[in-house]
Amino acid sequence: MNRWLHVNPIACTGHGLCAEMLPELIRLDEWGYPILPADPVPPDLLPLARRAVRLCPTLALRLDREPG
Amino acid sequence: MSSQALWYLTRATGVVAMVLLTVTILLGVIGSARVASERWPRLVTAGLHRNLALTATALVGVHIITTVLDPFVSISVAAVFIPFTSSYRPIWLGLGALALDLLLVVLITSLLRDRLNQRAWQAIHFLVYACWPIALWHALGTGTDTRLRWILIVYAACVAAVIAAVWWRLTLASSRQLKMTCAAAVAVVTVLTVIFALAGPLQAGWAARAGTPPALLGLHVVQALGARS
Amino acid sequence: MTMTEPRRAGGQLGPVTRLTVGWRESSSPVHLATHVSRYGPVPSFARASSLTEEVTAAGLTGRGGAGFPTGVKMRAVAAQRKQGVVVANGMESEPASEKDEALLARAPHLVIDGAVLAAAAVGADQVHLTVPGNKSWLIGTLRRALAERARAGLDPVAVELHGLPHGYVSSSESAVISWLNGGEAKPAVVPPRPFQRGVGRRPTLISNVETFAHVALVARFGAAWFRQAGLPHAPGSMLVTLSGAVRASGVHEIEAGTTIGGALALAGADRRSRAVLIGGYFGSWADLTEAAPLPLAAGPLRQIGAAPGAGVLVALPEGTCGITETARVLAWLAGQSAGQCGPCMFGLPAIAGDFAQLARGRADSALLERLKRRLGTVAGRGACSHPDGTIRLAGSALSVFAGDVRAHAAGRPCLHARAPFAQPPVLPVPANRERA
Repeated sequence: MNRWLHVNPIACTGHGLCAEMLPELIRLDEWGYPILPADPVPPDLLPLARRAVRLCPTLALRLDREPG
Repeated sequence: MSSQALWYLTRATGVVAMVLLTVTILLGVIGSARVASERWPRLVTAGLHRNLALTATALVGVHIITTVLDPFVSISVAAVFIPFTSSYRPIWLGLGALALDLLLVVLITSLLRDRLNQRAWQAIHFLVYACWPIALWHALGTGTDTRLRWILIVYAACVAAVIAAVWWRLTLASSRQLKMTCAAAVAVVTVLTVIFALAGPLQAGWAARAGTPPALLGLHVVQALGARS
Repeated sequence: MTMTEPRRAGGQLGPVTRLTVGWRESSSPVHLATHVSRYGPVPSFARASSLTEEVTAAGLTGRGGAGFPTGVKMRAVAAQRKQGVVVANGMESEPASEKDEALLARAPHLVIDGAVLAAAAVGADQVHLTVPGNKSWLIGTLRRALAERARAGLDPVAVELHGLPHGYVSSSESAVISWLNGGEAKPAVVPPRPFQRGVGRRPTLISNVETFAHVALVARFGAAWFRQAGLPHAPGSMLVTLSGAVRASGVHEIEAGTTIGGALALAGADRRSRAVLIGGYFGSWADLTEAAPLPLAAGPLRQIGAAPGAGVLVALPEGTCGITETARVLAWLAGQSAGQCGPCMFGLPAIAGDFAQLARGRADSALLERLKRRLGTVAGRGACSHPDGTIRLAGSALSVFAGDVRAHAAGRPCLHARAPFAQPPVLPVPANRERA
């Protein structure tokens, strides 16, 4: 089952915990905001992705069943 | 388990929970200030904050259970949750019940965070700044060990740590009005707490003034000296 | 009737008079009686869905910039279970656009007719008309028009007029809806879409005021008539605002699909002009030689990475520095960010800063590399398309003015980029105080 990482850009305030949790997929731009991959999350990284979603202090990060 | 053992457990878990809650607050402040380094990333702060909070809550749970089970003083389950309804030191125990209620609200809202909106969750989370001093006053007013020097040092260290952390965090805040209000609140609460401690639990005869049932008063002094049948 | 058939010189699409009847003769607002004598009375429909079908058959697309098929929007709102709401959006935040203001000022009844007819067609019981709050004269004109209609007992639904805070992003659909719901005029995260949940959590048909004006005419004269102008894939007429290196800047009505060169010629464009801004600040620069023969329609313009947008065409005067103009607009656009999303809030000012350095000829060696990288990371990461539009404008400037870019980057800015040789600015930029 495919899941995609998305962020609510208004809720996101650039805390950056997601990038710490999942550096394989998420990197931060020069202002500290996450750049997410367009591809679905590889299955072996899904548990880490779920933890990253739970760790987001503003609950801006989501795992969706749809891309885009 | 003997009454004595239960009593020691109550006191021990109370003090340790107090320390852990203090550290939890420090971690919360560090997290909100976005402090991080190569070897101490944000997730460590976030993870520790969560785990220590849960551990502290578990210890508070043991603290309460041992208190209720202890046959020496009768404290009903209702008095655990409903503040100021116990027969033993109603005010000071009641503060513990109040602190517990606040802690539970914060805990449950945090566990169910994805169902709340961010602003509501955050407002409720700030209740820890009420919960913690209330727990401290509970400790000062009810605690058997309040007069022991090392306990006082521990409490003083907790207070100093939280004041320092909050003060530092305020320097990072942008609203001048917010800074002033919070600083004033911290100063007032600290002064009142110190005055209370000096005039209350640290004076002789506190047990009676605090509302210990007369039947227990004499025994209380004997227990404090460690002799018990 | 006084509407004209399209005048086609040599088979080329050209100007037409449908929305703009009587505009040449007078610039005052049309009274209800004159409006009725020009266009006929408001028609009624046996079935509510008839108008939706007619609008769909006409192929009318939104005239606010997005170009979404209006019939599809209407059908979507009508299909929802809850009762709908209609919003006629006259916010027009593109500084270089004047068509909505002109339309509302001179033919308010066309717009209101269309909005009310659409409301009946989709089963809505409320119509809201949104205009910038700082245009008190326009609000006065619209109030008088609404009062005339009320006296004549014309509209079966309530039409409310609203003056909103006027900023660049406050004209977006979600910003208008957010404001009508009691919030700020700032864009919101878009699912749910307005047709599902908008004003008062009800399905909302929100379209540009010009779109509703066309609806009013399609209702009277039908889809086939609408299609007599324009192209098969871009039917009907549209209002455009022409400015820059032209003799007579202003609003013109043309067939959709008129060439860019043909449109600019209507305003007496200077032939020496070499670049044109298509679509407004949300649009892009294009080389005029390349763009002039292209129809002003979505499909053909896609090949040069452009879109008709809100029908804005600004011809850059020969000798005016495109980089300097763009730098000024980018600085304004950065200031117009709603400040809700990091990449936009920080990225746009950074890009504007880079461009300003480039314009002044003070580029450091890493500037172009940095600028291109930033243009790549900011797009698509905001809640609304504001940063995307700004990126598009900046990127198009870098490619259309490539020669100037190289010179500026090498420390040799255009003569006119520096005082005392600076020419008066061409692209209008309002004072940044006007924010949502």
